[in-house]
Amino acid sequence: MHILIQGGRVIDPAHQFDAVTDLYVAVGRVAGLGQPPAGFKAERVIDALGRIVCPGLIDLCARPREPGLEHKATIASETRAAAAAGITTLICPPDTDPVIDEPAVVELIRRRAEAAGYARVRALGALTHRLRGERLAEMAALKEAGCVGVSDGGRPITNARVLRRALEYAATFDLTVFLTPLDPELGSGLAHEGPVATRLGLSGIPAAAETGVIARDLELIRDIGVRAHFGRLSCARSVELVARAQAEGLPVTADVAVHHLHLTENDLVGFDSRCHVRPPFRGVRDRDALRAGLASGALSVLCSDHQPHEPDAKQAPFGDTEPGVSGLDTLLALGLRLVRDGSLPLPTLLERLTAGPARILGLDQGHLGIGAPADLCVFAPDADWLAATLRSRGQNSPFIGWELPGRVTHTLLEGQIVYEA
Amino acid sequence: MSATHFQLDPQGRLLHFLTIEGLTRRHLTDILDTAESLHGVAERRVKKLPTLHGKTVVNLFFEASTRTRTTFELAAKRLSADVLTLNIATSSAVKGESLLDTLRNIEAMQCDMFVVRHEQSGAAEFIARHVKPHIAVLNAGDGRHAHPTQAMLDVFTIRRHKPDFAHLQVAIVGDILHSRVARSLIHALNILGAGEIRVVAPRTLLPAQVENLGVRVFHCPDDGLRDVDVIVMLRLQKERMEGALLPSEPEFFQRYGLTEERLTLAKPDVLVMHPGPINRGVEIDSRVADGPRSVILEQVTNGIAVRMAIMSITLGNHARPAGETV
Amino acid sequence: MHDAESLIEAMAGQLRELLAARGITEPMLVGIHTGGVWIAERLRQLLGITAPLGQLDVSFYRDDFSRIGVHRRVRPSELPFDVEGRHLVLVDDVLHTGRTVRAALNELFDYGRPASVLLAVLVDRGGRELPIEAHVVGARLTLPLDQEVQLTGPELLHLVIQQTG
Repeated sequence: MHILIQGGRVIDPAHQFDAVTDLYVAVGRVAGLGQPPAGFKAERVIDALGRIVCPGLIDLCARPREPGLEHKATIASETRAAAAAGITTLICPPDTDPVIDEPAVVELIRRRAEAAGYARVRALGALTHRLRGERLAEMAALKEAGCVGVSDGGRPITNARVLRRALEYAATFDLTVFLTPLDPELGSGLAHEGPVATRLGLSGIPAAAETGVIARDLELIRDIGVRAHFGRLSCARSVELVARAQAEGLPVTADVAVHHLHLTENDLVGFDSRCHVRPPFRGVRDRDALRAGLASGALSVLCSDHQPHEPDAKQAPFGDTEPGVSGLDTLLALGLRLVRDGSLPLPTLLERLTAGPARILGLDQGHLGIGAPADLCVFAPDADWLAATLRSRGQNSPFIGWELPGRVTHTLLEGQIVYEA
Repeated sequence: MSATHFQLDPQGRLLHFLTIEGLTRRHLTDILDTAESLHGVAERRVKKLPTLHGKTVVNLFFEASTRTRTTFELAAKRLSADVLTLNIATSSAVKGESLLDTLRNIEAMQCDMFVVRHEQSGAAEFIARHVKPHIAVLNAGDGRHAHPTQAMLDVFTIRRHKPDFAHLQVAIVGDILHSRVARSLIHALNILGAGEIRVVAPRTLLPAQVENLGVRVFHCPDDGLRDVDVIVMLRLQKERMEGALLPSEPEFFQRYGLTEERLTLAKPDVLVMHPGPINRGVEIDSRVADGPRSVILEQVTNGIAVRMAIMSITLGNHARPAGETV
Repeated sequence: MHDAESLIEAMAGQLRELLAARGITEPMLVGIHTGGVWIAERLRQLLGITAPLGQLDVSFYRDDFSRIGVHRRVRPSELPFDVEGRHLVLVDDVLHTGRTVRAALNELFDYGRPASVLLAVLVDRGGRELPIEAHVVGARLTLPLDQEVQLTGPELLHLVIQQTG
């Protein structure tokens, strides 16, 4: 299908392109920018006047809950929600059930996503068998099956010897490792160790539960030279450690979940279980440092850390609830709020949501170069909307009831319109 | 709506009793004064008042406790209420029924008040937010967060001996980190304008930035107990040794235990208090627990009158149409 | 007519006669807070009774708890004597519907079983909703429903009639 997206502000951070122009889609690819390619006949024209046209967003950490937790959500339901939010690729961590430690699971996920047809779902393979942190997983086979990296899936490897060997093995096959910076013992609390947790009587998670692990892991990364990515930082000190390592030339990157850029420990007042997240919401200083880190590039990716839950998982006293926010629906909008607040410019935000994750994953995606797959997002940046019912199966979001900026009008996946407002 | 204000109606009257935080001095003194007038009921031939006749109070104890449960039962019965006690630990929750389902089933039995004890902080507020509006919820202890009726009976006991709070120096000793009693008592004393509140504990038993609660921190009882008017000893649980918070009970008693010798550091008319049950030889020496400065048993007696007062006031406020003031 | 002190003297006279007629030599006076207590104190002096006064706060016995809850200014009830087998004189300032007296009787009987209870009131303003009558009355008034009579004190006792509300 030949599609013309007309008159929008096209922002392609990967190519530092930012201009009002026409974009031409043909045969599922970006076929032209500014000038139609030879023989182009628009079968469909999308009026993008006053709108932003950018690459479809790549969400570096989103859990569609399939296979294994289908009572919470499915690949079909979550990719559909993703499409409505301008997200065209989801990266799924390996803590599914069964764990992504065999090619068959990778294949299942790929097929389900294709059948639904709303967004791409790429898998991160497990670092260890069953994510138990003892034996190595068959990383070479997983890479061959299509995994874009390997990860501890939120279950950090505590045995340093196993961790070192896992990193070395991953490096052998040129795989990027995605690590969760958390000490499970020190990090076994419910909230940030600080005055709010003290007042509410919630067990605290000290910053050192995260920073201590990052510091230790950096030493291993320095020795081995593996490409490593830390997922979901929450502390100011963590940003410092990563920035310093990058300055030294270590192949280290990190991301932050968008909800950590808006909420702090103060939002726990009332024991709101929608604010039960891991890592926890920390202090105002930490939030501000995370914002600065995203702006400076020390944090190269913004993700949703999407964890949809069924209502029962959140309807209990705080300590009895499961952590996690349903974040797909609000990823772009909460990012745009940061732009409105002046935390970072719009092209930078889009870079952290497209070119940034693509680069870390080594994917030829997240950009609008001629010939690239036409994964696109068109949105009205100043159209405010009320977050009422989320499209995701999971309604567990502390942002329900917020007025948010940025309404997606069209999402294209491989040149097909998969969402239209 | 802010946590601490959820328990008040738009006129600022108590609908639930969940936490001391957010209450005014007036709220607290009303409870204390009402408890004072209820105090004599236990000495009468008929130890009952007809005030809650026809009301049903349900004790929902998700965390086992004989002592607190029986005082709440007694308080409700002395107000002529019907009492239903449910030890959920042994019933439907074990069968996998969610807390909300348990609540709905009990609500279907037409009750007026839930007295709740739960191991999770915030549980009482969760329950209050999810039950029908006519039901009053009393927090009998939620995790580490609050034990407001205990705090009230503690300040009631103190007031009976030392009514001038402005110059009062109170020391709370022991496992502050895990103590809902300590948190509620600190709030109550601050609202009533206590002169100084001290917490005395090793660093492992103090929560992060505890000074923010309005207390002075001491790691050594020899300084912390000097010249105080009231000493509140907290119970030490055996699990603290397993959690690597303390090495042993003997070392705790040696460094922090309230002995006759340590007692002399305080004022001669010091009050010795303990929320109970006491661990003799761990927090407190038997001779002090049974000695002339101890008001530990008085606390238990006072607990009944205080709980009767809180039950009467909260249930009474549910009955009152909005707009009427007394 | 509204001179409370002289009305109380009249009450004392009536009460003296009544006690003599019934052969009661050691009556126990019990005042209902707050006005009843002031009046009972006066009566006690006028009748030369040496035994201490009892005081009742009937808040927890009111039949309208379900409507209005606990009264703010509740005070402890005090009966510094054994009620069992005694002749009591219950004293209140204003007798209206009769509900306060019913509550007071319920409370008294939770303390023990008196031999008899006489009721002495300063003002009977009519409007009874229960079968209750006073033995000794200072003055009878008929008031419209939107008016009330109150006793002010404690130093100088005055009766005041005002609009309700």
